[in-house]
Order: sequence, then structure tokens, then C-alpha cells
Amino acid sequence: MNSAVDPTFNLSSSVAAKPGAVEAPVKIQVNKLNFYYGQNHALKNINFTIPEKRVTAMIGPSGCGKSTLLRVFNRMYDLYPGQRAEGEVLFDGVNVVGKDLDSTVVRSRIGMVFQKPTPFPMSIYDNIAFGVRLHESINKAQMDERVESCLRKAAIWEETKDRLHTSALGMSGGQQQRLCIARTIAVRPEVILLDEPTSALDPISTSKIEDLIDELKQEFTIVIVTHNMQQAARCADLTAFFYLGELVEVGTSDVIFTNPKEIKTRDYITGRFG
Amino acid sequence: MPEHTVSAFDVELKELGRKVVEMGGQAERLVSDSVLSLIRRDAAAAQRVVLLDATIDQLQREIEDKAVLVIAKRQPVASDLRDIVATLRISNDLERIGDLAKNIGKRVLAIEGEYHPQKLVRGVEHMSELVLEQLKEVLDAYAGRDPEKALEVWRKDASVDTMYTSLFRELLTYMMEDPRNISVCTHLLFCAKNIERIGDHATNVAETVYYMVTGGMISDDRPKADASSETTVSFPPRTVQG
Repeated sequence: MNSAVDPTFNLSSSVAAKPGAVEAPVKIQVNKLNFYYGQNHALKNINFTIPEKRVTAMIGPSGCGKSTLLRVFNRMYDLYPGQRAEGEVLFDGVNVVGKDLDSTVVRSRIGMVFQKPTPFPMSIYDNIAFGVRLHESINKAQMDERVESCLRKAAIWEETKDRLHTSALGMSGGQQQRLCIARTIAVRPEVILLDEPTSALDPISTSKIEDLIDELKQEFTIVIVTHNMQQAARCADLTAFFYLGELVEVGTSDVIFTNPKEIKTRDYITGRFG
Repeated sequence: MPEHTVSAFDVELKELGRKVVEMGGQAERLVSDSVLSLIRRDAAAAQRVVLLDATIDQLQREIEDKAVLVIAKRQPVASDLRDIVATLRISNDLERIGDLAKNIGKRVLAIEGEYHPQKLVRGVEHMSELVLEQLKEVLDAYAGRDPEKALEVWRKDASVDTMYTSLFRELLTYMMEDPRNISVCTHLLFCAKNIERIGDHATNVAETVYYMVTGGMISDDRPKADASSETTVSFPPRTVQG
């Protein structure tokens, strides 16, 4: 099954196959990663490379391990006893899974946006300022500037600039999700993990987020878990297909969605199982 | 291949495939009828060919409509997408084949009653046998999703080209021998060209079948042996009377 997964996955040739995609350095390197929820072996010997400033999509049926992998990337599993990871996840060469790095440092460099928008019950402004204050001490003017620039980057400035000090909970779902993305980029991470970011949104809001993803990859490395295959095909430079805890196939989205090498990948993306 | 979770999708894909096979059968029959009408100088049969082409055009429109609808409804990817792209391309080639057969039928009507030595038709007949075989093989390759067979058809197109080049030369020679042959020979030359083009469309279909099944393109250069565009036949030198 692992035949299509080349551990030394050659980015220069495969990423270059997509027009506009050029050679990219490695941002995250996963080596022989195994993950356990107690007795449950959820990720099995994953070897995988995530290129810098590219969008990498992870697809697969529920329970295949894709969200688990996302959670490993920013050490979310630390919060739960009984969950453990073995192997390496090298983030710019530093092992995230080991004890070399403090979780909060990891999470400031690897931000995450969840399926359901999770704004804090405070004003739009404070939603963004809150995280920044944890990591930096900057003055009011600098903070104003930071808030504006993040809201602009998340393509929500025009809709919020006149109501920055009203509650974020009064926004629509799509706006809340873009606020969450703004909040994530406010702490200046290098990687943004998106866990089914549009599954609770209407088609227009979904398009806005997808458009935003396209913008954000100029600056950030993006990893997205999605159940919407068309979304992976549209947004991602690379797509990885997971099944039953194994990485079945990874390649440029162009290849995965036109001519996947593995029968399991084909059956999944064409809707023959899952 | 396992079935789709949405079974209606399978029904739609099968229906599309069935229509292409049906269209292929009709195109084959039209080509063979057109050549038969030429050999037998059967104007009624030629007339039928001219009329029947419309049914192929109709089938192509149906296939196109259905394929577009499936794309809109199912957003097919990978092998499903290639299947549908193949359906569109092949129906396009088959429609052109129908047009070319129709054109042969029209020419049969045009040369009706003209001086028409049987030996002139023989070369065209021989070539059409080869092309019909190619067409049959490639439609089998489509129905059986057989890339090897498609590749075989693709390679054999060169022999059709070679035959066409020699027929071209032969017909030019007949015209020089006797100017009364010119009208018939010119029409026969176009018939031969049509058949050669039908062979090219069969080769296109072979490439599409190969792509549909494997996802790759046939990597070699297409074998080409049609040298007619560089072929001339000069008059024999006048003999000086002493």
C-alpha cells in the first residue's frame, strides 16, 4: 500500500507539475510517525513532507487519521492523557513531537482553525488582540495596526471596521470563521492548520474562505483537512489520501484528481466507497 | 471496478458508454454501406447513407447533453472524469466519420452513370477493408477498455497511409492515361482521402481509449506514412517520331 508514498517525495518535480507551483523547501517533515489513542493505533508509520508556502490537503473517510495528524502537528494531543505519538515531526528541522519544544511555542508558530467557528465571547477587536497580548507586549497604536492588518488579510476588514468593538458572536458563521483565521494569523504563525474550515458554512462563505486560502499561501504554509474533495482539488497544491491510519498516496492535486496511482485513492475520490 | 455509492451515477455512466458503442456501430455501418454503394454503383444505397448520417449527428448531440449534465451533477474526477472526456472526444470522432461516409455517398451519386471501370474502384475497396477493420478493433478496445488493443490500432494506421499514397499515385496515372477517367478518378481520390481520414479518426479514438484507461498519452510520435502531399506523377517523355 505504501508503494505510492515516496518518503523522499520529490517536490521539485511533482510540485512543479502544477502550473504556478514552483519548487518549495520542506516546512514539515513527518518521519515514521505512529500515534495511539490508548490502545487504538490511529496513525501507522506515516512518512510525509509538507512544502513551505503551499497548500497541502489531507483527505480520507472519517476515522482515517487525517485530523489526528493535524492535531499532532500542533501538539494538541498533549492535553489528553493516554494519547501518545512516536516518531518525528520535524518543523523546520526541530522535532515537535519530542520534548524539545514547549507546546505554547509550537502553537504560536503553528496556528489552527476548527470546523466550527469558535470566536471568543468578546469584541471583534479583542478576539484578535487577546492572542497577541499573550505573546507580545505592544502599544495601542501597534495593536490597532495589527488588528487591521489581520482583518484585511482575512478579507473581513470591510465588513467589520465599523463594528470592531461589538461582540464577535453577532457575526454570521462565515464571518466568524474568517475572524478565527484573522485571530490565527495575528500571532504570526508560519503554518496554519485548517480542520474542515468550511463544513459549517454556506457556499458563498465557503468560496470566500477558499479565496482567502489562495491569498494566505503567499505568506503561510497551509494544511487543510477537508471532506469536500472538490475543495481539495481547487485549493491544494498537494493532496494526501489517508485510509485506516495509513497514508495511501500523496501527490500534486492535479495528479491525484485526474490519475491517482492507487486503486483505493481512485475508489475514494470517485465516490466508490467511504 | 466497484460501483459508486450513488448508484444513479453508475447508471448514467453506463448509459453514456452504451450510446457511444451504439454510435460506433452506426458509424461502422455507414462507412461500409458507403463503400458498398460505390463498388456496386448503387445510387439508392448511397442516398440512404446520405440520409442516415443525421441519426449519428443526433446521437452525438444526445451524448454531449448527457455528458455535460453528468459533469454538472456529479463533478466526476479521476477515472470517471476520463471516461466522460473520452465519451465526448470519441463521439466527436465518430460524428466526423459519419460525415466522411456521407460525403462518399454524395460522390457516388455524383458519378452515377459515368464511365467507371471496376479496376479503379478496387484500390478504394481494399483500403476501406483495412480501415473498417481498424474501426471495428478500436470500438472493441473501447468496449473492452483495452489499452493494448488501442495501441495496436494506433500503430497500424501507417499501413492505411501507405495504401493511400500508392492509391493516389495509381489514380493520377489513370487520369493521365485517359482524360475520360478524370472526373471519376477525382471523385475516387476524394473517397480514398475520406477513408484515409476515417482511419485517422479511428487512430484518434485509439489515443482516447488509451488515455481513458491509463490516464496517460501514447508517448511515441504518431506513425505517419501519408506521402501523398509530396507525390507527383510526371508524364512519360514524348517519343520523338523519326
